[in-house]
Amino acid sequence: MVSGWMLALAALLLLAGLGQRFAFVLAALFVEILGLGLVAHRYRSLQRGTE
Amino acid sequence: MNLAVCLLCIILVPLAAAGLALIHQGLGRSRSAAHAMLATLCALGVSAIVFVLFGSAWAGYTNGLAHTLQLAGNHWDWLGAEPFFANGLAPGLLRSPYPALVLALQMFAVGLASLIPISAGTDRWRLAAICISSALFAGVIFPLFAHWVWASGWLAQLTPLFGLPPFTDAGGAGVLQVVGGLTALSVAWILGPRQGKYTDKVATAIPGHNIVLVLFGCLLALIGWIGLESAASMLFYALNSIQIIVVTINAMLSASAGCLAAVLITQIRYRKPDASLSANGWIAGLVAGSASCAMVSPLAAFFIGLVAGTLVTFLVETLELRLFIDDPGGAISVHLGAGLWGLLAFGLFAPTAGPRSALLLAQLVGIATLLGIIFPLVHLGNLLLNKLIPFRVDADGEWQGMDIRELGAGAYPEFVVHADEFVPR
Repeated sequence: MVSGWMLALAALLLLAGLGQRFAFVLAALFVEILGLGLVAHRYRSLQRGTE
Repeated sequence: MNLAVCLLCIILVPLAAAGLALIHQGLGRSRSAAHAMLATLCALGVSAIVFVLFGSAWAGYTNGLAHTLQLAGNHWDWLGAEPFFANGLAPGLLRSPYPALVLALQMFAVGLASLIPISAGTDRWRLAAICISSALFAGVIFPLFAHWVWASGWLAQLTPLFGLPPFTDAGGAGVLQVVGGLTALSVAWILGPRQGKYTDKVATAIPGHNIVLVLFGCLLALIGWIGLESAASMLFYALNSIQIIVVTINAMLSASAGCLAAVLITQIRYRKPDASLSANGWIAGLVAGSASCAMVSPLAAFFIGLVAGTLVTFLVETLELRLFIDDPGGAISVHLGAGLWGLLAFGLFAPTAGPRSALLLAQLVGIATLLGIIFPLVHLGNLLLNKLIPFRVDADGEWQGMDIRELGAGAYPEFVVHADEFVPR
């Protein structure tokens, strides 16, 4: 999730075009949601273990 | 800025806290009702003390002292550098009341946001753990993001830094609601579901014990929300006191649209309107509308509320049935889900002189910051605190109820507490 945020910041710092920045920030959000999904998966596995 | 009007609006904010408290205690079990209300008072108290003594120094205010980083030739304002313990506030009042007004509003705002995770941890989160988690929230997490957005931090400075419009959150949809919602998600994951919630991968409905208080809480929350949005817009976005009328109209429209959307959807799906989901729809409308406040038209506010109410009914079900997250008060769906939608909706509907995509991009950068840095910080902090003071009550305590276990007396001693017989879905 932190990598996603870094990607968003890097896009703002390194890219100039609005379209390119938009695409990279969207990609960054996708990375963050992927990270959130992995955390959710880990907690679900832990729950299964205690059931 | 009209000082008296602003102060009056700030004084209304605790009503929103009262509303949220009634909602989360009503949606919990009767055997944890007194605990939920006491937890609310403790969280408000701890947040206020920690924020005024420490957090306010890091939250800062516009044109106040700040720590800056030199990066790529630009100054990044990343943290306030005001004195601790609110030193200098009283003598400075005569020069300008602005810092004191900001402190007063944020003191209530941080308390309101710290109540959101209590809703997700209802029936199993220990009082001591609630207090220590609220201290972390008010001392570190809230001040950090509040500074970035409301005190000329880097998110409010996207124009000089990157040539984008500033990230805007007029009434606290991000600063309060999403940050509180992310904390609720972290707490719900750490605590795990209540006993008996999931059996053989099937969710069991554990109904709230007092829906009348929940619905009354919605009405109290409306008044508090109008105060919060008005005061924040005046202090951080230079809103004229006359424009409070538009804030009031928009807040009522978005809350109504959210509630009616939930009523209609539950009527269609379950053949009867669901009162608790409709209450969640009402609050979701308020949450989503608070990013824009008076900056969008009443029609846009209505649409924002409508989408928020619809979103919440599906999110509550998805979290409970598909992701197996037990959130008794629906805090994650309402505050995180609707808050994120509200921030995005500002980019879609707010008037702009430049290209719409630039405004939308600025809002997306704010959302990416919330998910990419604030959530990991919150979750890491809560995981460490959980090692220090275990968050979850033991199995016997959960069965007895938090009232008896932690307070030694029930909220309703003259009534017989119902048995653990719930209808499986």
